[in-house]
Amino acid sequence: MSWRRKDVARRMKRGFTILAIVTAVLLSFGLYEALIAAPTERTMGDVQRIFYYHVPSAWTAFLLFLINFVGSIVYLIRRDEKSDILALVSAEVGVVFCTVVLVTGPIWARPVWGIWWTWDLRLTLTLVLWLIYVSYLTLRRFSTSSQTPMLAAVLAVFGALDIPLVYFSIWFFRTQHPSPVIGNGGSLDPRMAHVLLINWAAFLCLAWLMCWTRYRLEVLKREVEEEQALESILEGTR
Amino acid sequence: MRFFAITRATLAKDVRLEWRSKDAINAMLFFSLLVVVIFSFAFDPTAEESRRIAGGLVWVAFLFAAIVALNQTWARELRNQVLDAYRVSPAPANPLFLAKAFGNFIFVSVLEALMTPLFIVFYKLRALGSAWELLPIAVLGTWALVVNGTFFAAMSLRTRSREIMLPLLLFPLSIPALLGMVNATTAILTGEESARFWIALLVAYDVVFTVACLLLFEVVLEAE
Amino acid sequence: MNDIPHAVVADSLIKQFGRFAALRGVSGEFSTRKLYVIVGENGAGKTTLLRIMAGLSHPTRGMVSVLGNRNVKEVRAHIGYMAHPSLLYDEMTGMENLGYFAGLYGIQQASNSAATCREVIASVNLDPDLDRRVGQYSQGMRQRMSLARALLNDPKLLLLDEPFSNVDSRSAKEMAGLLGQLRNGGKTIFVVTHQPALLAEVADEFVWMEAGKIVKRNSSLEASPQ
Repeated sequence: MSWRRKDVARRMKRGFTILAIVTAVLLSFGLYEALIAAPTERTMGDVQRIFYYHVPSAWTAFLLFLINFVGSIVYLIRRDEKSDILALVSAEVGVVFCTVVLVTGPIWARPVWGIWWTWDLRLTLTLVLWLIYVSYLTLRRFSTSSQTPMLAAVLAVFGALDIPLVYFSIWFFRTQHPSPVIGNGGSLDPRMAHVLLINWAAFLCLAWLMCWTRYRLEVLKREVEEEQALESILEGTR
Repeated sequence: MRFFAITRATLAKDVRLEWRSKDAINAMLFFSLLVVVIFSFAFDPTAEESRRIAGGLVWVAFLFAAIVALNQTWARELRNQVLDAYRVSPAPANPLFLAKAFGNFIFVSVLEALMTPLFIVFYKLRALGSAWELLPIAVLGTWALVVNGTFFAAMSLRTRSREIMLPLLLFPLSIPALLGMVNATTAILTGEESARFWIALLVAYDVVFTVACLLLFEVVLEAE
Repeated sequence: MNDIPHAVVADSLIKQFGRFAALRGVSGEFSTRKLYVIVGENGAGKTTLLRIMAGLSHPTRGMVSVLGNRNVKEVRAHIGYMAHPSLLYDEMTGMENLGYFAGLYGIQQASNSAATCREVIASVNLDPDLDRRVGQYSQGMRQRMSLARALLNDPKLLLLDEPFSNVDSRSAKEMAGLLGQLRNGGKTIFVVTHQPALLAEVADEFVWMEAGKIVKRNSSLEASPQ
């Protein structure tokens, strides 16, 4: 390896370590703030603290899906492998955070409102997003084409076009047929907002860490596949 | 000009081929009949209740029938690899897409036309709102299913488990359209609300996705 | 178009299907107005190479230029392709099939189109008025109709994948003769086949492929690598 490449590799490794430490610190701090330091909500009690995980997960998931959309568009234009891997990685990690939202929602809803699920705007939108991106990941896994990245990018664009339509359809439906909303109500105590933001910062760093790791893994995986393909020696008749 | 000539020729070819292998059509007509009967056994409401849920029932039944039709859209082009003959020619990709989409639209509309009177009879349906509005809803809703359905049926040609991939890809994206169709129909049947918003939503959905399909179909066709 | 030096130019073509590389570095220049016969074991990459030339498949890496064009899409009007599946609709007659494909190639006006189709079908020794559906043809007839479809647009470049499989030896010899005539008429022809001896008299060059690479090219079949 040339001096320059070694240098870059070393700096990247250091950057990764720093990010990992920052993430660990923020998550711990966020945990303390959320479970202990934050004020207890008047009507809901301690159960409300799940809000500090439910909401930042949702924002992180939406951001990751936005990254997937941008990566897919760039891939459609430039056909470069990096954009494709970015799209794949952000979709996978996005689905993880989306799942957290869908699990914490009912856990919060049950003790407070007595129901496991409500088709309110945020939760329903998150469910549809989850469905779209799980179908995206399924397409990537089941595709037999050598142009899988192109097909996946196309599906991502369709998904992104669908989201505003989903939003408006559910919004209008809810204005016609109101139902309980899983949320904190209107106003937010500034101390709670503060904890929310800390946890969001922690989740963003965690998402970044996960994406980075998965990205490196995918790059390595493709390199191995390519080497294997070029070296493969046909044995007898195929 | 050549574009529409190819679309027309491809549609004519498909109709001719479908006509000559009548068993597929007959099986599907019978299937749609069965769907209505099964639904009627499963959901046996009073006339008042049925007006509220019929919108949902009817469109879910249409969706099932459409999936069966959509799944075999491209089957004919796979036999003898004849799709390669189209791809190797200088003909652009979109006439092929439109011909398949129109063909599916006609076919699914025929299935709907068969199922609707049965639903009306079994559920004693009567529209309390302006019944003529049901026609644009049917057209817009059917096109919404068919345009994306044709597109994703082509996409699932490049996957394993083809028959399950189509609904897997289609259903999540069709959710806003489904909400539109169902609520618009319910609004007309119950006469309690205006279907206007939902019709506008269906128009928006149809426009957005027809454009998207036309822009991106070539990518899907060329992916081997 | 008439004075391009080479019909096909390949440079380090690599085609990967996941962990399997069908082509592992194919390079070469192929002149116009010649009949090339591509030979090799199953899995050597012959079909893959042909499909890339036809524009049906895209290389993972490397470059291919067909009829002077790196983007094969632009010269599709001048390419004819035939494979082992017939690429025809079983439920239609020969004329109906060709009539449809003629429309795809822009052979537009009705009278012109029918005449062209009849000519082409006759040129492969089939009866244009045969009212039978292609699905009911014998294998030899189907291969010939498939060749007719490939010839419909009078292509400059003809790509044939296993045109002689399951064809009786007399029909095969006729086809080989026809290919020679087409080459003499100015076409460039690539034939992938397991029966290269059938073309020994008309071929200009034999191309041996093995494990995704071209290992030898020679004008004589005797020079087969071992």
